[in-house]
Amino acid sequence: MADAAILPAQITRKVPGRLWIVPPAALLALLFFYPLVLIVQQAFTDDSGMANVAEFVRVLHARFFLNALINTITISVAATAGCLIVGLVLGLILAFVPFPGSGVIARLIDTFIALPTFLVTLAFTFLYGSAGMLNAGLMEVFSLQAPPVNFLYSTWGVVLAEVTVYSPFVLRPLLAAFSLVDRGQIEAASVLGARPFRIVRQVILPAAVPALIAGGSLCLLLTVNEFGIVLFIGAKGVITLPLLIYSKAIQESAYQVACIIAVINIALSLGLFGLYRFAAGRLGA
Amino acid sequence: MLVWSRPGRMLIWTVFALLFGVLFLAPLAVILLSSLADQWNGVLPSGLTVEHYSDVMQGAAWKAMQASLITGCLASALALVSGTWAALALRVQDATLARVLGLLFFIPSAVPSVSVGLGLLVAFSHPPLLLNGTIAIVMIAHFVLISAFTFGNVSAGLARLSPDFEQVASSLGARPAYRLWHVTLPLLTPYLVAAFGLSFALSMGELGATVMVYPPGWVTLPVSIFSLTDRGDVFAGAALTMVLVAVTLLLLLGLERLTGRQTR
Repeated sequence: MADAAILPAQITRKVPGRLWIVPPAALLALLFFYPLVLIVQQAFTDDSGMANVAEFVRVLHARFFLNALINTITISVAATAGCLIVGLVLGLILAFVPFPGSGVIARLIDTFIALPTFLVTLAFTFLYGSAGMLNAGLMEVFSLQAPPVNFLYSTWGVVLAEVTVYSPFVLRPLLAAFSLVDRGQIEAASVLGARPFRIVRQVILPAAVPALIAGGSLCLLLTVNEFGIVLFIGAKGVITLPLLIYSKAIQESAYQVACIIAVINIALSLGLFGLYRFAAGRLGA
Repeated sequence: MLVWSRPGRMLIWTVFALLFGVLFLAPLAVILLSSLADQWNGVLPSGLTVEHYSDVMQGAAWKAMQASLITGCLASALALVSGTWAALALRVQDATLARVLGLLFFIPSAVPSVSVGLGLLVAFSHPPLLLNGTIAIVMIAHFVLISAFTFGNVSAGLARLSPDFEQVASSLGARPAYRLWHVTLPLLTPYLVAAFGLSFALSMGELGATVMVYPPGWVTLPVSIFSLTDRGDVFAGAALTMVLVAVTLLLLLGLERLTGRQTR
């Protein structure tokens, strides 16, 4: 109790430096929030500078926009589900059925976070592309005329690439949560005759739920915003919102349309960011 | 240990090896292999060569490497300064304001990078701040995208710091500037180095915003890898990707060494 009297309150009150926040905040405002406001403004004004909501409504009903929106949502939901499954399976094995070298492997998967996302897509064209290893092998073995595996240039190619890239984001919080699970509880359940599947369901999973929600919502956010993978797949049918923004702005110079789509994409992302913060907050991060 | 029987464990480890092999190991291995492939028409390349590397190391790719390294260095340095500054300055605000501002500093990481690029194009394509077509706009894009990560890392570091050292320094009469320079920053150094490493790695791989704003003379590694593969030159693209991966990993390893030594 004696300690409490001389605690940080004094430091905070004595430092006169409240205004020190101004320089970095001003930098952020000028370089990030000001452009963001301009995107919103441009989305609702036409070339002459007049307010124009009609264009916004038109884009909202346009086929190319709806397709991109559906693609984006389908891909990110499917990829997140994949990340949750892969992350959970890898996490369970790394944490509860460890093997020699599993620590190194966990670190290795972690470093995938630092690598550019398009790397995986590029690798997949060599593995599963029409002239890739898998197709060449199958054609050789079964003497086929045409490549039998064709999923790469579809939505599923993007989903598989995103699962690879983003499952470490589920694995990381999951391993942290697993390290807190009481091993004694598992051993007790095991001694009492519970089978591994039941222990996972009744002991381990309840402890992992917050981590799964946090990791999953982070995956949703990142996959909705993913650009490199979709750009590198370069399939005509797989257009997502970020790719649509890029092609409208850079290839067609249709800045207002690009801004309209950006507004919707940003709104979607910020909603998911809110979800992630909420989940991570509940997790105790 | 969850599974006790030997066959059971073997089965589970096989599942792990398959998942890990297909998802993580195969992509890296195949990029490495293709960067060395002479001709690749069957299951395996018909011969190995380092030609792609010597091709990429000349001319345009070398310039791309320089552009990426310089962009990464400057953007990360600026993000480190502003992120550390913001995290330190937030400590003296009252709780509600600190929470709101902290959230605002995080938001750039949640906005799609293509939109960040679009916003910069819209905002800085006309006077008084005409930056479109300059190198500066690439740096700004990278800075905006990585600033949230440096801020987050440094804030997390600050939260873990015991306030005792600063209080002792303060009670011994150390003025705020002296305390910052000789107590707080040295204690924060491992987090600062880690933040810089992460920012640098993110900047090296950044594509979405860069592809929106880059001027012709400042093509970063990811952009030039994309244009190589888009032109059908996949082997050169793979070689350049290997260079990018190697530089990123070397950098992260080096920084890890550095922080490892400092925390000990």
